[in-house]
Amino acid sequence: MASTAPKSTRSLASLDWLYDPKTRAIIFQIALLVGVAVLIIEIVLNTAANLRAQNIATGFGFLHKPSGFDISQTLIPYSSTSSYGRVFWVGLTNTLLVALLGIVLATVLGFVIGLARLSANWLVARLATVYVEIVRNVPLLLQLLAWYFTLLISLPSPQADFRLPLGIGVSNRGIYLPAPVWRPGMVAVIVALIAGIAGAVAIGAWARRKRLETGAQVPAFWYGLAAVVVPPLLVFLALGAPMTFEVPKLGRYNFEGGLVLLPELIALLLGLTLYTAAFIAEIVRGGIEAVPRGQKEAARALGLRPWQVQRLVVIPQAMRIIIPPLTNQYLNLTKNSSLAVAIGYPDLVSVFAGTVLNQTNQAVEVILITMGVYLGISLLTALAMNWFNARMALVER
Amino acid sequence: MALSRPAARIDWLKANLFSSWGNTALTLISLAIIWVVVTRFLDWALFSAVFSGDDGAACNKPGAGACWPFIAHKFGLFMYGRYPDAERWRVNLTYLLALAGLVPLMIPRVPGKLWLSVYLLVVFPIVGFVLVTGGLFWLPHVPTELWGGLFLTLVVASVGIAASFPIGILLALGRRSELPIVRWVSIGFIEFVRGVPLVTVLFMASVMLPLFLPPDVTFDKLLRALIGVALFSAAYLAEVIRGGLQAIPRGQYEAADALGLSYPQKMGLIVLPQALKLVIPGIVNSFIALFKDTSLVLIIGLFDLLGIVQQSVSSDVKWFSPQTATTGYFFAGLIFWIFCFSMSRYSAFLEKRLASGDRR
Repeated sequence: MASTAPKSTRSLASLDWLYDPKTRAIIFQIALLVGVAVLIIEIVLNTAANLRAQNIATGFGFLHKPSGFDISQTLIPYSSTSSYGRVFWVGLTNTLLVALLGIVLATVLGFVIGLARLSANWLVARLATVYVEIVRNVPLLLQLLAWYFTLLISLPSPQADFRLPLGIGVSNRGIYLPAPVWRPGMVAVIVALIAGIAGAVAIGAWARRKRLETGAQVPAFWYGLAAVVVPPLLVFLALGAPMTFEVPKLGRYNFEGGLVLLPELIALLLGLTLYTAAFIAEIVRGGIEAVPRGQKEAARALGLRPWQVQRLVVIPQAMRIIIPPLTNQYLNLTKNSSLAVAIGYPDLVSVFAGTVLNQTNQAVEVILITMGVYLGISLLTALAMNWFNARMALVER
Repeated sequence: MALSRPAARIDWLKANLFSSWGNTALTLISLAIIWVVVTRFLDWALFSAVFSGDDGAACNKPGAGACWPFIAHKFGLFMYGRYPDAERWRVNLTYLLALAGLVPLMIPRVPGKLWLSVYLLVVFPIVGFVLVTGGLFWLPHVPTELWGGLFLTLVVASVGIAASFPIGILLALGRRSELPIVRWVSIGFIEFVRGVPLVTVLFMASVMLPLFLPPDVTFDKLLRALIGVALFSAAYLAEVIRGGLQAIPRGQYEAADALGLSYPQKMGLIVLPQALKLVIPGIVNSFIALFKDTSLVLIIGLFDLLGIVQQSVSSDVKWFSPQTATTGYFFAGLIFWIFCFSMSRYSAFLEKRLASGDRR
């Protein structure tokens, strides 16, 4: 007995390193790293073998080859002789266009509905609630398909020559807006506009300084508005209106000329805006409700008017809560714009991960580039968000 | 109730609807909106609707409303896809088996939650898989190409959430780990998946996954979609669970360490049971999101509820009429809405219950 005891302690002691959390941590992490590495190597080898067996080219050389297909909406010059690389940029700009327009529209509508949910008017609040509960519980893809279909059947055919005021042509091939035609003098108008904006900023700073020094209120908003609007308008008139509009004319089969909004773009915008607005409305409502009641009461007690209470006390505090999830919704909207592929709006996923992938078969490269773009947008937004949060964080005194 | 007396009712109307000129205008505008929407909807769904017929010709009248016979004739297709008629009882039986576990699990008062979870997560998947796939015992094999409609939607959503659950827990633990490599691998995966749209993940699963595997391994289309959906959902679930982990007081971790519990014991016995209970509403919300996202599988050529409705309204010549598509979309939307809305109510109920537990 006596002779075995020390032996067993020694054998335990020799295994002690295995029970040391630090050693375990290292072993575990090395195992994980090796596992991930093996997985990646396995994937790369398999993919290479499969691609060789199926005679699929690799590398990014395909980006320079001509695409050979047309795209219905291009914000940058493009034709079917342009390269696949050009297709990528066309798709990306189309995605960014719908995302930016969608974000602006969804924000406006979302704030309106969110405030309506908090309205003192019982009926308005209920109506907003019904809207939110219907829209956010139905898949976005279904809403997109339904909007697209509704637009196609309810808009008139181009032959009907249906016009809104200002010569806007409406048909199921798209809405044709008058396109601005710039003449040389327009540069001066733009310069005047920029100078006006700079002036407005200066007026704002001056009003703020005066308020802090003397306490006097200056109607800076109206002065600023005048500074932005009046100079460009005067220059515009003085130069004899150097801009005209090209009204779309009815051609043989379709409207011709002007700026066209494709039905696919309108359906996608409608769907994304209405859907995201329901989520933004909930965020706005939550943010405003989260401002403590005491803040409002204190503001009233200081003699602020109701709109001043909202603008100076409630909304600045609510924004701190609202903005992070709001950014998340902006990202969601951008990612959801990829559903364009279902209704044929030529976004990045539709023309690049769709048509280009099918033509070239280079799935790996195409999908990696596409994912990289969305990932880049998400990471950039996340960085901007962190910076913003750090700035907006409560300064404890 | 205060509203029982007429005077109180008038007071209420005055205070809530007609307190000022602006408010009265809003009330009148709202009433006008409600009037237009409700009358137009009722006219479409009931008064002008077509209720009988054997093809689209019956619905092809000017001014006709909803084309209900289309739904009636296609109901089986929308619910089960092309799953053979004679075998559909197997799907129904699977639903019953799932409900037998789910309903008692969802009612807080019923005891034995652990056993119910074991049944739902271990026994039911095996039985359900054998039942709907067949090929064993006397059950004929039903290949997944025939699955479709609401059945496929439910399969993708529930397999997606069940498979993503363990992965999500591991990722959440990994992201909170003190080991830097584990943490960076987890963060990398989570942020990558959350940064890209589900469509690209599904494209990746359907186009790239076959390239990643050795040539002799083939997956069917449904399984590839399921892998994509599960990985996608796992990243989102991981963030929900991480919220729960962060809400557990530090003292709980330290007490577990002080008792000499190992890492798996500490997490499995002390932290996770408390954290998961906190995030049940968040998990239900993830499930709602996943249920809606399931409709995206139509883009890679699977026929879930939306996919099969879309296919029927766009390519079935026999049922061609101006209102066929609207009726089909309305029907699919209604089914999705019923599921999502009831789940969101349930999630709200749980949230309220958890909050009241805190207050005690």
